[in-house]
Amino acid sequence: MTEQYTSDEMMTITAARALNNNSTCFVGIGLPSAAANLARLTHAPDITLIYESGTIETKPQVLPLSIGDGELCESALTTVSVPEMFRYWLQGGHIDVGFLGTAQVDRYGNINTTVIAASHKDSGPDGAHSYANPKVRLPGGGGAPEISTNAKEVIITVRHSKRTFVKDVDFITTLGFGRDGQGRKGKSTLGKGPTLVISDLCILKPEDETNELIVVSLHPGVTKQQVIDATGWDIRFADTLQTTDEPTSSEIEVLRELKRVTEAAHSQTETA
Amino acid sequence: MTLFTTLSKAIEDGVKDGDTVALEGFTHLIPFAAGHEIIRQGRRNLTLVRMTPDLIYDQLVGAGCVSKLVFSWGGNPGVGSLHRVRDAIEHGYPAPLEIEEHSHAAMANAYEAGASGLPMAVFRGYVGSDLQHVNPNIKTVTCPFTGEALAAVPSIKPDVGIVHAQKADRAGNVLIEGILGVQKEVVLSSRYSIVTVEEIVDDLEAGPNSCVLPAWTINAIATVPFGAKPSYTHGYYPRDNSYYKKWDSISREREPFLKWLDEEVFQAGE
Repeated sequence: MTEQYTSDEMMTITAARALNNNSTCFVGIGLPSAAANLARLTHAPDITLIYESGTIETKPQVLPLSIGDGELCESALTTVSVPEMFRYWLQGGHIDVGFLGTAQVDRYGNINTTVIAASHKDSGPDGAHSYANPKVRLPGGGGAPEISTNAKEVIITVRHSKRTFVKDVDFITTLGFGRDGQGRKGKSTLGKGPTLVISDLCILKPEDETNELIVVSLHPGVTKQQVIDATGWDIRFADTLQTTDEPTSSEIEVLRELKRVTEAAHSQTETA
Repeated sequence: MTLFTTLSKAIEDGVKDGDTVALEGFTHLIPFAAGHEIIRQGRRNLTLVRMTPDLIYDQLVGAGCVSKLVFSWGGNPGVGSLHRVRDAIEHGYPAPLEIEEHSHAAMANAYEAGASGLPMAVFRGYVGSDLQHVNPNIKTVTCPFTGEALAAVPSIKPDVGIVHAQKADRAGNVLIEGILGVQKEVVLSSRYSIVTVEEIVDDLEAGPNSCVLPAWTINAIATVPFGAKPSYTHGYYPRDNSYYKKWDSISREREPFLKWLDEEVFQAGE
C-alpha cells in the first residue's frame, strides 16, 4: 500500500518521471529544479542537469534557492560563463529538454511570466496592451524565451488553477505554439516546443495538428470535473484517458528528505 | 592614476549623475558594498543595467538613485517580488522608473558584443515572444548567407562597470572563480571599471585557463572584505539565503525600507 501524499508531491514525482537518464536537461528554478533533482536521486542518476548560471552536470545535495547558488557550482563538472552557456550550450543545440515553470500557461502552451493584465479588455494579440496595463508585474523572461525555442523539447510543470491555465496568456513571454497553435510551423531551426505539461491534477500533451493541450492522464483520485473547473478554457480529454501511476514510497521518501535538508540549509543564517 | 584606492574614492571618481552603470554578478559576487556607496554618495538619474536586478538594484531604486532599469529577470530569486522596483514602476516612488526589458540570452549576448567592440549582438532569440512588441531595442536581421531571421539587440557599453572578485595581486591583476556570469564581459565593455576584492595577495595561484582580468583592463580596485554580502564569494563565504528571505519583509513597505536604508547604509558608512 502506498502512503499518503500531497497533490504537490504527486506533481513533482510525475514531473521527475518524465525525465530520462540519458537526457541533458536545462533546469528552471522552483518546481522544475525540485523535479529534476528528484529524477537524479531516483531513476535517472546519470541525467545531465544544467542551470543558466553556467553550471554543467551539477549534482546539488540541497535544492538551490536561486539559479546561481554556490552549491550548483561546487557540485558541477564544470562552470562556464553566462554568454557561453546561452550561445554554445543552449543555442548550439546541446540541450535535449528545457524544463520550465510559469505563472500562466495557455491552451497552446505559451508561457507568461511578464505581466498579468488589469482586465481582459486590456489584453490584446501582441501583449502590448497587457504590458501597459498590468495588474500584476511578474519577474520577466529570464532564460525561458530562448530555452523554449532552442531546446529540442520543453516540459512545463505548474499548479492547476483557472488563474494559471488560461485560454490565452495576457503576454507571450515564451513561445509554446503561438496564438493559433501554428507558431513553430516551418521554422526548422526551432525545437519541438512543449511536449508535456504536468500539473498537480493531470498530465497534458499537445494534440496532433492543432497543438492544443489536452488531458492524457488524470492523477489518482482526480476527476474530470476537477480539471474542467480548474482550467480556463473548454478542456478536452484524450479518448484513451490514463490514470497516472501512484508515487512509490521510495519516491516520496527521497522527495521529503530533499525538501527537509533544503529547508534546513536555507533557514541557516550565515554570519560573517 | 592610482589603481588601488578606497571604495568611496573609486565611486566618487567613477560614477557621475546620469551615467549608465552595470553592477554585475550572476547571483554570485554581486557588488553590494559598491552599490551602498553609490547610495551614500547620493547619485541620481542613473541608468542601471543588470541581468537580474536582485536586491542590490531594489535598494538603489528604493533609495532614489535610478531613472531607468535595463534587465532580464526582476525578482527576488526563490522568494518573490522586488518590492521597491515595483513601487517605482507602479507608483513612481520615490522616482519614476523607465524600464527596458530583455531575455537573459539577449543581455548575455549584448554584453559579449560590447566586450567585442561590436554595435549589436545577433542571436537566435525572441522567436514568438511579445517582448519584441514592447521593447523597440529588439529588432530582426536577416542572415545574408542563409536567409534566417535572427534577433538583434544593441550591444551593452556602460559608462561604468562594477564587479566584485575573490582577489587581486599586488600589480592589480584580478582572479574570478566560481559562477562567472558576465563579469569579464562587463569589465571589458565598460568605459570605466571598478573591481572590489576580498583581499590582495602576493600570488593569484591562477591556472592557465583561469578567469583573470589583467590590471590594465581595470581603472580602480578597492579591497572590501565581504563586499558581496548577502550574495556570496566562492571560497570565502556562502550566500545568505535567509537574508534574501528577510528582504521580502524589509522591502515590502516604504517605512521599514527607509529605516533599513538609514541604519544599514547611511549610518554604516564604508
